[in-house]
Amino acid sequence: MLFDYPTLKLIWWLLVGVLLVGFAIMDGHDMGVGTLLPFVGKDDVERRIVINTVGPHWDGNQVWFITGGGAIFAAWPLVYATAFSGFYWAMLAVLWALFFRPVGFDYRSKINNPTWRQTWDWGLFVGGAVPPLIFGVAFGNLFQGVPFHFADNLMPYYTGSFWALLNPFALLCGVVSTAMITFHGAIYLMHRTEGAVQRRTQTAMLIFGSLLLLAFSAAGIWLWQGIDGFAIVSTVDPAALPNPLDKEVIRQPGAWLANYDKYPATLLLPALAYAGTLAAMLLAVNRATLAAFVASSLAIVGVIGTAGASLFPFVMPSSTDLRSGLTVWDSVSSHLTLNIMLWATLIFMPLIIAYTGWAYKVMAGKVTAAYIRENDHAAY
Amino acid sequence: MLSEELVDLSRLQFAITAMYHFLFVPLTIGMTWILVIMESAYVMTGKTIYKDMTRFWGKLFGINFALGVTTGITMEFQFGTNWAYYSHYVGDIFGAPLAIEGLMAFFLESTFIGLFFFGWDRLSRKQHLLVTILMAVGTNLSALWILIANGWMQNPVGAEFSYVTMRMEMVDFWAVLFNPDAQAKFVHTVSAGYVTGAMFVLSISAFYLLRGRDVEFAKKSFRIAAAFGFASICSVIVLGDESGYTVGEAQQTKLAAMEAMWETEPAPAGFNLIAIPNEAEMKNDFAIEIPWVMGIIGTRSLDQQIPGIKEIREKNRERILSGQIAVGALEKLRKNPADAETKALFEQHVGDLGFGLLLKKYVVDVGTATPEMIEKAVADTIPRVAPLFWTFRLMVGFGFLMLALFGAALWSSVKGNFANKPWLLRASLWMLPVPWLSCELGWFVAEYGRQPWTIYGVLPTHMSVSTLSVGSLYGSLAGFVGFYTLLLVVEMYLMVRFAKQGPGSLGTGRYDNEYAHA
Repeated sequence: MLFDYPTLKLIWWLLVGVLLVGFAIMDGHDMGVGTLLPFVGKDDVERRIVINTVGPHWDGNQVWFITGGGAIFAAWPLVYATAFSGFYWAMLAVLWALFFRPVGFDYRSKINNPTWRQTWDWGLFVGGAVPPLIFGVAFGNLFQGVPFHFADNLMPYYTGSFWALLNPFALLCGVVSTAMITFHGAIYLMHRTEGAVQRRTQTAMLIFGSLLLLAFSAAGIWLWQGIDGFAIVSTVDPAALPNPLDKEVIRQPGAWLANYDKYPATLLLPALAYAGTLAAMLLAVNRATLAAFVASSLAIVGVIGTAGASLFPFVMPSSTDLRSGLTVWDSVSSHLTLNIMLWATLIFMPLIIAYTGWAYKVMAGKVTAAYIRENDHAAY
Repeated sequence: MLSEELVDLSRLQFAITAMYHFLFVPLTIGMTWILVIMESAYVMTGKTIYKDMTRFWGKLFGINFALGVTTGITMEFQFGTNWAYYSHYVGDIFGAPLAIEGLMAFFLESTFIGLFFFGWDRLSRKQHLLVTILMAVGTNLSALWILIANGWMQNPVGAEFSYVTMRMEMVDFWAVLFNPDAQAKFVHTVSAGYVTGAMFVLSISAFYLLRGRDVEFAKKSFRIAAAFGFASICSVIVLGDESGYTVGEAQQTKLAAMEAMWETEPAPAGFNLIAIPNEAEMKNDFAIEIPWVMGIIGTRSLDQQIPGIKEIREKNRERILSGQIAVGALEKLRKNPADAETKALFEQHVGDLGFGLLLKKYVVDVGTATPEMIEKAVADTIPRVAPLFWTFRLMVGFGFLMLALFGAALWSSVKGNFANKPWLLRASLWMLPVPWLSCELGWFVAEYGRQPWTIYGVLPTHMSVSTLSVGSLYGSLAGFVGFYTLLLVVEMYLMVRFAKQGPGSLGTGRYDNEYAHA
């Protein structure tokens, strides 16, 4: 095999990060568009313009979410099992919100009835706004530890409630995530529209960009001052066969910022979050919308990267049975499976990026009222 | 111990969400190739009618596809939400094909389906045809990978148990990939999808012909559906028989149960055409038997025996007793991994570990299982016979019924007189639901027939679930059923509306019923 087990474990931490960032950039921009839909489109034609900016692409983009789930199943089976069963109702809320998207996009304009269309518009809003909010809330809870433990046979038990997930810090993280995704969606929408829709979207873009900067800063200060982190105090053997019960963990003030002392280069991640957001706002106002999209994508790398780097090596710490907390070393699949999955990713990811790029190139250009009128029977 | 109610509700939720999903998947799989055929005709002949056919049938395909995606989202995550121990225990093997399905198939299918609908004016004819082909390839590849995963649940090859990580681990990826169960299942299942697509086009075309509407459009569609459907139903039946053969090797239990074979008969065994199985006394109260057929289907020979249920139960009893030792040794090893003697004992019995776990349904410390508990566990190893026996026969019966229909449709297409045969058109219309029923029955036979296991011989169903509250399960079950039913009603409304309106819904000005467009 090309890489030894410890290296592969690290690579897979990075790859899960790449998939998460890919999901936020690609599915994120069409979720952001969904969230903005009822507010920036004032009549039916304008709303159809908004929807058709992502019409040909939302389905492919959603696969980042599906594949992310599959990759976590394959690479981090214990995380897949523990997180999704523990966050049961949160996960179902994400899935049920997502149900509105395929049907909302495809069915909305097939019937010419205002009530029918407005209902689906709000469905697309729910499908766009709820998932990022919940993902942010979930991350907020990771930082505080999740109440779960393993039995001797590694059966996971979650002992918290759904409502306990909605604590103030987690909700703040939900705001960060929703602001980030809506901001990113607004920039994409500005790139693909013109006139009144673009003007209204610019206002939204400035609001959510500012909100992202504020909320991200507030969460950082809170994490620094108010949240005890987790640290492994026993010796870690990264080459060992994964067994989450075989370690000793303590809670410690400031532990979530320890990595920035240890690896100062990681400070570039929060810096990227600020620089990317500010640059994207500036570029978008000056109508360099494509460059703004690149900048807001980099901001997403910065925000998610900051969360990941702060937690490292933890993925999902436990608040009730500290040693059960899952890390990049002990929640992974076997050496062979990680290796196979790495090859699968290396082969298919460039292909995916290439044909997705081609699809966007084919559909490039502004979506206009004239386009909607000419394609009344075929467009969304 | 996990409550039986929790296990039953988790199973029910998975069954319902999977069966809803499977209402949409076969049609998607089949329609993609029918669209490829129609569009190829357009590119080769340049006739606009073939483009209109691709677009109109594509419109109906899209309405169906939306719900396939919606219900599919659930499936990718439900192993984690509701089958957490399963996900941990076999994620090392089962997760890989699921992730590769996303990378290799879903991205391809979903990216190109967008261009299929929106790219008509932006792509050349050949480019658009390529897009349609890639969409079809992606769709069919997704079926391949999910059936590799499912095939492994039926016949878990290429993996070993590790007591350190407390799970199954992959040792041979190629064995998982080329699992004969998976390969036979794949062709059988996608062919069933092709039949579903063909029946869909055949039925709706027959409806237009019966009404005398859009006759040229309907005739061309009918011919394509008849030919494609006939080839596909032949493939379903032949590969179904191939599945019967591989089931015979990996899962004799399923075979014995769906054939109501209680006794091991001298080879070649007879086939029970109809029987009234009596589970309590382990015999058939009544049976019509065709000699030799079962032995030939199941073993491809005249001299190999197929074990009956009673013989399988006795073998399983041995394995449960051996597994009982394996579970006890494993629990000791977890506490003291250095214990060489226990390790040796464990390695001697590890092959039967799954059978030992069957006892966990009745007792925490399986070493203390009473003879009654062991007897119950032995009885558990055989799925209930009557439901399998009848669903299987119904599925096969439907298969041959469709063979007859597609045979007649193809014959009349060749002779060119199907439009004058109202009986054939009516039969085509009324048989519309049959492929869906067959697909659901087939799913039931495959999954119910594997019980009491999620992974045959490795992990019992009752140990696979998440430790959720029963209340959560009732809540989520109600949510799924309510949500899906609502969406299904909306989907059916649109589907019926556009199918009734016909190609006029394209707004081209070339067809009947243009006015009906909303």
